[in-house]
Amino acid sequence: MGANAAFGQAGAATAAMMAGALRDGDRMIINMGPSHPATHGTVKFVLTLDGETVEDIDIHIGYLHRGFEKMSEQGTWQQVLPYTDRLNYVSPLCNNVGYVMAVEKLMGVQITPRCSYIRMLVCEISRVTDHLTALAAGALELGGFTPFLYGVEARETLYPIVEELCGARLTTSYTRIGGLRDDLPEGYPEHVLAALDKVLSLLDKMDRLLTKNRIFYDRMIGTGQLSQQDAIAHGVTGTMLRSTGVDWDLRKHQPYLHYQELDFDVILGHQGDNYDRYLCRFEEIHQCNKMIRQILRQMPGGPVNVADWHVVLPPKAAVYNSIEGMIAHFKLTIDGHQVPPGEAYQAVEGGNGEVGFYVVSQGNGRPYKVHVRAPCFYAMGVLKQLVVGGMLADIVPTFDTLNMIGGEVDR
Amino acid sequence: MPLTGNVILDLVLWTVIKFAAFVLVFVMGTATVLTWLERKYSAVIQNRIGPNRANLGAWRLGGLLHMLADPIKMLTKEDFAPDTANPWMFRLAPLVAFVPAMVVFSVIPFGPGEHMMIANTELGILFIFAIASLNVYGSVMGAWASNNKWSLMGGLRISAQMVSYEVAIGLTLCGVFMIYGSTDLQDIVVAQGATLGGVLPAWGLFTQPVAAVLYLTCAIAENKRAPFDVAEAEAELAAGYWTEYSAMGFAVLALAEFVEIVLIGCVGATLFLGGWQIPGVHGDTPVIMAAQVAAFLLKTLFVIWLQLTIRWTLPRFRYDQVMRLGWRILLPAALVNLVVTGVALTWIDRN
Repeated sequence: MGANAAFGQAGAATAAMMAGALRDGDRMIINMGPSHPATHGTVKFVLTLDGETVEDIDIHIGYLHRGFEKMSEQGTWQQVLPYTDRLNYVSPLCNNVGYVMAVEKLMGVQITPRCSYIRMLVCEISRVTDHLTALAAGALELGGFTPFLYGVEARETLYPIVEELCGARLTTSYTRIGGLRDDLPEGYPEHVLAALDKVLSLLDKMDRLLTKNRIFYDRMIGTGQLSQQDAIAHGVTGTMLRSTGVDWDLRKHQPYLHYQELDFDVILGHQGDNYDRYLCRFEEIHQCNKMIRQILRQMPGGPVNVADWHVVLPPKAAVYNSIEGMIAHFKLTIDGHQVPPGEAYQAVEGGNGEVGFYVVSQGNGRPYKVHVRAPCFYAMGVLKQLVVGGMLADIVPTFDTLNMIGGEVDR
Repeated sequence: MPLTGNVILDLVLWTVIKFAAFVLVFVMGTATVLTWLERKYSAVIQNRIGPNRANLGAWRLGGLLHMLADPIKMLTKEDFAPDTANPWMFRLAPLVAFVPAMVVFSVIPFGPGEHMMIANTELGILFIFAIASLNVYGSVMGAWASNNKWSLMGGLRISAQMVSYEVAIGLTLCGVFMIYGSTDLQDIVVAQGATLGGVLPAWGLFTQPVAAVLYLTCAIAENKRAPFDVAEAEAELAAGYWTEYSAMGFAVLALAEFVEIVLIGCVGATLFLGGWQIPGVHGDTPVIMAAQVAAFLLKTLFVIWLQLTIRWTLPRFRYDQVMRLGWRILLPAALVNLVVTGVALTWIDRN
């Protein structure tokens, strides 16, 4: 009991294990993670097994905690941006966009239409890389190494596209408050379309290897089933919520940027099991493809940054040749953005669901608080319901379709 | 034949020579090449380059040198055993897994005539069953002796799976014995030299098509390779029964698996692809015999290729699904096949 009390909410299995027990009656207590092949992103499960059946699971997160929210309070508003790359590191551009939108909301900055379209473009590219990672890893967890490599190859087709944009595959830091680091490089739309075509052909290969494969189907169908009530009660969002049939997509129902001008469908599942989540991700990639093509067609011209030197750094010519430019550059770099006191919450539809940034300013040029609503965190809360009563082997695909990203959960 | 000194010497000498020729050269050779081929072939499937680092100066030979580099690496690495492992059982397990896999080759006819098999015994396939089923002890011993929970779970999965599929594979092959009227593999191969209706060779594949499919399925499950690799299931059980093995202990366990791939190829070729028979070619000149040995090796390679392709295409079953497939689908299917074969044979006899 003493150990139990010490661990509080951690659960009986962990307490028993810490007390040195290897077994609990006929039950086997076993550590899955933190360095287990299936618990990528670093998480630990303490399982109580009856044979192969999972009777209890304690989920230990926190192995990737870096103190994102605390670090954010140390620098200027713009200096928070590189940290956001490291939240959901599979779709960092969505985080970049979400954060600057929250700050812009607080500052009341109106971004240019071209900037808005480019932000949508990078968000959708990121969503594809995110979903591809989840799908590919899902195949790997079920022993399908070949579809995994097809998926990774597809993702690797898109990373150079991201790299072309901002010089990094993963640590993008592409957005700026009031704009973007840079306009699109020359010939970019063609490169995106060529990459998309290749992604689709690889996706088709994965589809043929997995979707109707009887073994894969049997492993996925009916496992890790999530009910609508549970999903809503736990605040689950994104593909996981939609796979249960709840029609909720921020891009459609709380449109931001210019999403209301795009024609796309919200993909819904109907029973919320692993197979539904798999199919939803697959179909969402096709929707992203559709959206990216629309975005590139409708992309307006004009500047990408707002013309306010209090928000965006002045061009170099102005910095070197005019006293106003020099001072603006200096003030923005040293003092940071003068965000008025107040608070704002801005959410975007990230790879895994609602990525929300809650920012509080006291008007001193530094964030008072930056909180992230990480979709994976809420999904991890519902994991226990999904795996208890199932088999040990089902934890693996369930944990994958939940698509936990350590950087986002632990922050 | 009186067992004089000369005869015994003759027997022993011949056995040793044949063992060296068939098992050490062909089987071990193929198994070793398989360690490279499996990686290279999977690389082709997966649009990768595959192993190509090992080299002798400028010579890379498409990574073929990895076959040599790997044993050297395995021999020079620390052979780690956990403190809490049972030291004797832990060391013994790889051997127990490896030796039976090698011994069963003694009844495989690598070519026509009694000289092309090591032990000319009437037991034939029954001997293979008897010895190959010892294999499971090696894996289970290793799993248990590791004193690791993940290993133990892998070991439990293996024992259940291998015992179950042995039943199914035994019943499957009974159909073949009924058709050819013998358990002696050489007799079976000779019988497959006939034709069905003068056109189709009387191979097991054509006389027992259902059994051929069941055999390949069960055999892959016996060898615990994907899609039946629930015993090692790297995503679920770390590495299952061989989690704690390193260096040569691991290499021997892995090699046992590759030897079994060759075994499945040999038995499959013998029972279902006509063994060393080449359709339409008969005779006992040295040239024809050499061609027939080559034909057997090619057929073996074909079955090996099938196994590799399956391995790199399909995802993995869940443990209970493997058991369900074995007991509820493969076993009844083998029984039905047996009954149908029996009825058909009786009907043919009557007419």
